[in-house]
Amino acid sequence: MVRYILKRLVQAIPLLLGIATVTFFIVHMAPGDPMDFYLEQRYRRNIDPELIELIRQKYGLDQPLHVQYVKWLGNLLQGDLGESFAHRRPVSALLAEVIPYTLQLTVLALLLDALIGIALGIFSAVKQYSALDKTVTLSSLIIYSLPGFWLALMLILVFSVNLGWFPTSQTRSFDYEFLSWFGKLLDLGWHLVLPVFVLGIASAAGTARYMRSRLLEVLNEEYVLAARARGLKERAVILKHAVRNALIPIITIYGLSLPFLLGGAVIIENIFAWPGMGRLALSAIHARDYPVILATSMIAAVLTVIGNLIADVTYAMVDPRVSYEKKKPV
Amino acid sequence: MKRRNQSNHLLLLGASLLPGMGHILLGKHSRGRPLLAFTLAIILLLYWRWQVFLKVFNTTWFDYWLAAVFLIASLAASVIYSVWDVRRLLTATPKGPQGKSPFQLARRRFTANRMAVTALYVIAVFYILAILAPLLAPYDPAAITDVLSTRYLPPSTEHLFGTDEFGRDLLSRALYGARVSLSVGLLAVLVAISLGTVYGAVAGYFGGFIDSILMRIVDVIISFPTFFLMLMLVGIFEANIVFLVLILGLTSWPGTARFIRGELLSLKQREFTDAARAIGLPNRLIIFRHLIPNAMSPILISAALMIGGMIGAEAGLSFLGIGIRPPTPSWGNMVSAGQDALLVAWWVAFFPGALLALTVLCFNLLADGLRDALDPKSLMRRFV
Amino acid sequence: MSMLLQVENLASAFFLDEGVLKAVDGISFQVNEKETVALVGESGCGKTIVALSLLNLIPSPGRVVGGRIVFNGEDLLQVGAERLRQVRGGGMGMIFQEPGAALNPVFTIGYQIVEVLRLHRGLGKHDAEVEAIRLLGETGIPEPEKRIKAYPFEFSGGMQQRAVIAIAISGRPQLLIADEPTTALDVTVQAEIVDLLCYLQEQYKMAILLITHDMGVVIEMAKRVMVMYTGKLVEVAQTHDLFRDPKHPYTQGLLNSIPRLGEGRKEPLYGIPGAVPDFLSLPSGCTFHPRCSIGDVSCTTEFPSLRDISSNRKCACYKVEGS
Repeated sequence: MVRYILKRLVQAIPLLLGIATVTFFIVHMAPGDPMDFYLEQRYRRNIDPELIELIRQKYGLDQPLHVQYVKWLGNLLQGDLGESFAHRRPVSALLAEVIPYTLQLTVLALLLDALIGIALGIFSAVKQYSALDKTVTLSSLIIYSLPGFWLALMLILVFSVNLGWFPTSQTRSFDYEFLSWFGKLLDLGWHLVLPVFVLGIASAAGTARYMRSRLLEVLNEEYVLAARARGLKERAVILKHAVRNALIPIITIYGLSLPFLLGGAVIIENIFAWPGMGRLALSAIHARDYPVILATSMIAAVLTVIGNLIADVTYAMVDPRVSYEKKKPV
Repeated sequence: MKRRNQSNHLLLLGASLLPGMGHILLGKHSRGRPLLAFTLAIILLLYWRWQVFLKVFNTTWFDYWLAAVFLIASLAASVIYSVWDVRRLLTATPKGPQGKSPFQLARRRFTANRMAVTALYVIAVFYILAILAPLLAPYDPAAITDVLSTRYLPPSTEHLFGTDEFGRDLLSRALYGARVSLSVGLLAVLVAISLGTVYGAVAGYFGGFIDSILMRIVDVIISFPTFFLMLMLVGIFEANIVFLVLILGLTSWPGTARFIRGELLSLKQREFTDAARAIGLPNRLIIFRHLIPNAMSPILISAALMIGGMIGAEAGLSFLGIGIRPPTPSWGNMVSAGQDALLVAWWVAFFPGALLALTVLCFNLLADGLRDALDPKSLMRRFV
Repeated sequence: MSMLLQVENLASAFFLDEGVLKAVDGISFQVNEKETVALVGESGCGKTIVALSLLNLIPSPGRVVGGRIVFNGEDLLQVGAERLRQVRGGGMGMIFQEPGAALNPVFTIGYQIVEVLRLHRGLGKHDAEVEAIRLLGETGIPEPEKRIKAYPFEFSGGMQQRAVIAIAISGRPQLLIADEPTTALDVTVQAEIVDLLCYLQEQYKMAILLITHDMGVVIEMAKRVMVMYTGKLVEVAQTHDLFRDPKHPYTQGLLNSIPRLGEGRKEPLYGIPGAVPDFLSLPSGCTFHPRCSIGDVSCTTEFPSLRDISSNRKCACYKVEGS
């Protein structure tokens, strides 16, 4: 088992390397001078040419490509992601500030996805053809098809503006500082509800559909029949024997939904004025803040790789067929 | 007897000059009714909008020509198809029971799925509406008149979807927006599928070293969350509409590639590949003529799913202000404009978004229907 | 020997879009304590459905539609769900054709046995583990204390079947339903499994309902044989009587089609002409008559009833005289 984890970790390294490489190539294939990524064009005219030379040398831009590549990697590993044009601060510091907010949304959305998606999927499959099943199937398809930003706006319209149940934006209220610690907690949660819901409900719908079809497949398997033939209680048959098998591919899908959620976070953060990575990336694009653009994409990719890694390891824990060495059958 | 038959035939053929009439008289309602409805709609449109239609001859705008030509061409096509098909039905000799090709079986399964067929019709209608937008739009989508009196009007009989902050009619904008959103989606998918299929087929067929390298590259690209990748590319390369299509396509082809590679790997194992190789077919031919057509059905299904995703992605990018930029209407940037006015004019954001939702929903239903039709593993196992 | 299971007019059907498929159409038989009865027929004649009907486990859209299944005095079609659950595994155990498919791939073998032991015999966790090891050993699995922690995929086919048998008998059932237990196994392993079943029957005094189309296994294990065709019984006899002198044309055909080693290698293999008919459009009257060599017009009106033609023999054919 440990060997499997190590094996996967080792496999992830070339992937991370590849991510850095791809980003590097994009920098150099983009129209314009790669220097644009280190120093804003409009300032270059006014700055002392010697300073420009120094910066060029620091990033090795006058050297052959492979040398630059090595320097680039070196910088990355030291955590130097460049400096933001718009904010005039190291990108790594900026990222450190915003990532936690994005993670809040994403992790909670994943939880929502798992709980609701799996539960509804199970109910739907067990009570096939019932009213609940049909409702779930149809509504999950509809929810899955809605554009996230539109759903967010409509929900804000109904629940925030008209009903006033939830705040329209921000992470905390204006009077946050004056609340008790419990009040603070409630306030944070209150602000989290709408964004997390919009972010997670689409993937929950997808999970529910997938879980339903997987469970229906599994329920047709011989070992479910055999379990019933042994006199096991129906609940045990379904929840223990069937669901356990059905969940296995769900875990992979789950891991794959992280990139999807990160992308969705960009839109959600924009609408709810949530100070996360997505919003940072977006403002960077509008401001032509290249270092930030590149860094956020890379970090998003790294997070995805980590997410997949966790998913793979969990998969191996759940499915005994994966991590075992091939033993000779007796 | 024969003469009566012949005169009957002539009568029916004559009737089928009104597309669909022949079919309905013969009892083939499922083909006749849509044809008839379509033709009547075109005729109505021509009657209602003949002035606009005539404007075609005065303008050089590509849009108008496209719409006009499409109208005439589809009318002609309906008539031709109607007559030809009725003739075919009349002269067909009843054949004995014959084996149905898998394609025909799949088609039958698909047509039995009412939701999927309805979705297909809705999509077709949307695309037709988009092509005919110049003729259908009640107002010029860019026309700004007296802003103060026309801005933010709620939906009414004059403005079915209401007006936006500049007083522009939203229905017209939505029609023109449909052209952008729908065509970008379709083209992007074409790019992604073509690239992905070839790439994946090569990787899957050759296997071994080539496969590993190609797939490593795919793995890296897939690691970037698609939307972030799009953001990055759009941010760095200026995105006009052509670039947008390219970027959308280029970020999604790895998914197709991986999928196709899997299909090819399994197809490779099957006997007909060995047979093809045994007669000495060159690899290129094997891939293109044999393997890819067999992988057609998963390609189709993933294409249908992807279009929905692409349309959504373009909408998202436009919403954020980095896709299609105003004043060119795209459903995405229309919703964005509506965001500011959410409190006073909910309709500005509502309608374009609803159209988006409906379109994506129909594509998903279509994909579901295709999947059920082409891959019926969900059929019950016989236990007897 | 007293009667353990009596089935009267059992009927089960599948309700499909294309029509109602009568998989089991009025079957009556009985199984006595400690006896082995075989149910034979070609693939697709409904044998498996009989087995599933006994435990009321037919997957939808099928279900039992009529008859009585009296097991130890209770009609299983009338008892409540809880009692039925107790009978499954506790009164009747079942083993399957594909042992690999009958084992849950994500649980260890030990877990799956212990589960049944705790449920049906109320053993505590530790006792159950001990008993599980003992059972695995008894079914011929070497090093059971290690194998307990193994997963099904680590076992070979024969070992998997032994494990399935161990699970089936762990509830101490009085009747073991064996649905094609050897069909999916290698020939040498088949013999071992047959021996194992005979041994366990002795040990635990079980009755066995053996469902198979392999006549060799029937001769080895069964005392009585029932021949089934398109959902109905066509002949019932003691094993030796049946093999020595089959009365029903279908039985004769079945036995003739077994290739024999050494005899007349120049003779072509015999097969019953025609094919098993589609259940949704069965021939009228005796469903075998299109393929039968001695059938005529009188066989086309109604299916012949299963009559006694001598002591301990029944046959359903108009052309066979009772003595």
